[in-house]
Amino acid sequence: MSAVWFVVTRLTRDRSALIGLVLIALLVLSAALAPVLATHPDDVFELHPSERLAAPSGAHWLGTDRMGADVYSRLLFGARITILIGIIAVGASLAIGVPIGLVAGYHHGWLSDLLMRVSDIFLAVPQVVLAIAIAQTLGPSLPNVILALSVTYWPWFARVVYAETRALQKEIFVESTAALGASPWRLTVLHVLPNIASPIIVRASIGMGFTILTAAALGFLGLGPPPPTPEWGRTIAESREFLPDAWWYATAPGLAIFLTVMGFNLLGDGLRDVLDPRLRRSRTARDG
Amino acid sequence: MSAPAAPLLEIVDLVRHFPVRNAFGRRVGWLRAVDGVSLAVQPGETLGLVGESGCGKSTLGKTVMGIYTPTAGDIRFAGREIGWLAKRERRAVAKDLQYVYQDPGASLDPRWKVVHLLHEPLKIHTALSRAEREREVLAILAAVGLPDAHLDLYPHELSGGQQRRVGLARILTLRPRLVILDEPTSGLDVSVQASVLKLFRGLQEAFALTYVFISHDLSVVRAICARIAVMYLGKIVELGPTVAVFERPRHPYTHSLLAALPRIGGRRVTQEFALEGEPPNPRDVPSGCRFRTRCPHVQARCAVEEPLLRPLDGRTVACHFA
Amino acid sequence: MAELLAVRGLRVDFATDRGPAQVLDGMNLDIETGEVVGLVGESGCGKTTLARAILGILPEGAARIRAGEVRFKGTDLLREDPGAVNDRVRGRAITFIPQDPFTSFSPVFPVETQIMDLMKWKSPRARNGGGPASILARYPRARHRADREAVLEILRAVQIPEPARALRRLPHEFSGGQRQRLMIAMALLPRPDLIIADEPTTALDVTIQAQILRLLRALVKERGVSVLFTTHDLGTAHEICDRVVVMYAGQEMEAAPTDAFFGRPAHPYTRRLLMSVPSPGGEIRDIPGEVPSLVAPPSGCRFHPRCDYATAECRDVRPALRALAGAHGVRCHHPVDAPAGADP
Repeated sequence: MSAVWFVVTRLTRDRSALIGLVLIALLVLSAALAPVLATHPDDVFELHPSERLAAPSGAHWLGTDRMGADVYSRLLFGARITILIGIIAVGASLAIGVPIGLVAGYHHGWLSDLLMRVSDIFLAVPQVVLAIAIAQTLGPSLPNVILALSVTYWPWFARVVYAETRALQKEIFVESTAALGASPWRLTVLHVLPNIASPIIVRASIGMGFTILTAAALGFLGLGPPPPTPEWGRTIAESREFLPDAWWYATAPGLAIFLTVMGFNLLGDGLRDVLDPRLRRSRTARDG
Repeated sequence: MSAPAAPLLEIVDLVRHFPVRNAFGRRVGWLRAVDGVSLAVQPGETLGLVGESGCGKSTLGKTVMGIYTPTAGDIRFAGREIGWLAKRERRAVAKDLQYVYQDPGASLDPRWKVVHLLHEPLKIHTALSRAEREREVLAILAAVGLPDAHLDLYPHELSGGQQRRVGLARILTLRPRLVILDEPTSGLDVSVQASVLKLFRGLQEAFALTYVFISHDLSVVRAICARIAVMYLGKIVELGPTVAVFERPRHPYTHSLLAALPRIGGRRVTQEFALEGEPPNPRDVPSGCRFRTRCPHVQARCAVEEPLLRPLDGRTVACHFA
Repeated sequence: MAELLAVRGLRVDFATDRGPAQVLDGMNLDIETGEVVGLVGESGCGKTTLARAILGILPEGAARIRAGEVRFKGTDLLREDPGAVNDRVRGRAITFIPQDPFTSFSPVFPVETQIMDLMKWKSPRARNGGGPASILARYPRARHRADREAVLEILRAVQIPEPARALRRLPHEFSGGQRQRLMIAMALLPRPDLIIADEPTTALDVTIQAQILRLLRALVKERGVSVLFTTHDLGTAHEICDRVVVMYAGQEMEAAPTDAFFGRPAHPYTRRLLMSVPSPGGEIRDIPGEVPSLVAPPSGCRFHPRCDYATAECRDVRPALRALAGAHGVRCHHPVDAPAGADP
């Protein structure tokens, strides 16, 4: 895939995009190799009351928590949950938002208005508030968190796809392909969609960061997966009563969330620069 | 000049208005882009459609093509009414009736290779097998003068002239009967324009095409069209054989258009050119004769009574005093 | 007549992905006082680059001037102090009419604001000088009043109806033809010696084009201003020019008074170009081949790969200027001596 290679080489040229890329690679690696990298892989579910709230040391690199479990190991396994939430929630939002955006963008009339007004209603309510309401109603569990995030994030994709589709309809190649007799189905799926892939990818990258942050917020409020799941947001919530003495307890997951969200945002910005032809043109002009 | 054959395309009193809306989306008037146009195109001929920007010539072409739906009037293609067909049936008509944009190169999807772009029309309209499609595509590619090696390239890897040829090939794979050419030479250098016109002519002979040639450039229309229709503010003001219209224009507007045309080697036309002012806004069409606000021969009757097209001197003219 | 502008041996390269493109290759051009010179050539031949080089607005970084001089009233603008050129020449002695009047105004300010901003700096009544500090300088009230009078007068000259009211309007309230009239007015306001007009009528309809060409020619002749008029439309060049220079791929090919240029063209390229204009008879003749790449241009005369008369000499040596009768110059080893259109 030369296109993927092109994007990656371009990304590595930009310092902040490179940082984002490295951060996300680290996240994926820790999630994938969690059983290997963890010093106390069993601590995710086991209790060691005798070792509770131990400061960072050679045995426990990032200290232990109130149950005496190794914070470092739980952090690694938490990365798996984070990635799982991000990918499924963003994937589901794509699956809902992209078709709605395409249909609304292609049609002109009541259907388009209806779809866009519905997504506007979702956008009008802050995502965290809406997600809290949904998770609260359905009860705290991992699937419910993912459902709440998907239901609240799809309008962003619908908006992007709608705007890009509308802009693309003014392009001569779309109008002329329609004049050639192409069906709406062929036109939107085979011509419009590939041409708006870039903004969708950018939005998905930024959406990963956003979704992970919201998931952590839900976890913090106790609406995430129940204990002993090593979810980062819940870990921070647990650590509150032991601050400031057990500073490592909150700092480790806090930093992990911060770096993950920043990584996706930096990557998103980098992708936007690489994939957006308007910005790319201005860059090459400056280089030349 | 009566034509014995049935016309391939016949337009009767075609109207296309666009609503003019204010900032709140409320309709405040109508833009009368095409306002009652009738004409017939005979098989095998090239009909020129000329006029200045805003006269409605492109809207007329796009309405015939089905890109816009008509507000009123009939469009008959090969004896069949096509203006009011259901969308699916209308799309099928595109096999025989095609439209070439000003820059056929811009009508290519930038993310598709040439080979897929050329196969696409056949996929839409025919049930040919892959091998049959390939044979057809290679034949068309040769006809527009491109090597097979170009099949594997993306549009941006081609030169402007090559993109244009691919754009034309894409339309010709369907072997259409009527092709509407919308400003196909606008913005081109004269030498490139000559190549493009030659190509159009060659393709017309090779594929037995009928052309409707929309252009603002009278010198090009004179070179390539046998008949010419002059439009002003949504109406045809003069329609007839090119030679007759150019030698003795009868409508004052046609006269002015021809007088404004620079003639290399002759006198400078700008020294005696008389037409003042600019065309009125098509949202606000003058009463009576639409040209009266700029006409050098205007009289009281022109403001009251709209002149109808009437036969005169081997053509039709819409002027009371022609 | 006196020499106003002389371009000598100008070479300009543009950086591209595939290496430097030699956009101008030893270009020469002369303009005398009060003369309208047409610069004719196909897109990509370098006419816009030449116009920008004279104005000193080549894109920095991308373009590089490798050799040559641009002599304006005796001083070489390429070697003159850039600050001095900016103060005294650009926008003052040499002004510009762009191709696209639609993008040349800011859409959010009334026309008056934009014209008076120009006059604050470039009015013939303004003192020379400026520099960064003068950005804060006040616009003296007396001069403002005098300048505004001059603006109204010039708007009447370009036949804008009700000039005082027109000034209060926004740019989009003018039609394309009227905006081009405003552009002409703005180019004339600093009382320049030379106006560079870059395809100013290309975007206009033929009847409007005729009006604008007539107006422009009348105004510059009345004021004794020289004009460099670039166009790809030979008919337009015929209408407005005293003399025509034809360019091909960064080199000048032929320069002649308008009648001789169209009546007895000597360069094979000029002859081919004139023949490709559609004729009423319906015969269409193009120029075989394509415009060459400027990254790896042909040696010698750049037209030789497409020329019917080309010999080994044309491949090796760029022809020197050959003077024909009546101020007619051609750079060709095998010039044709026949009326236009008499080729095989």
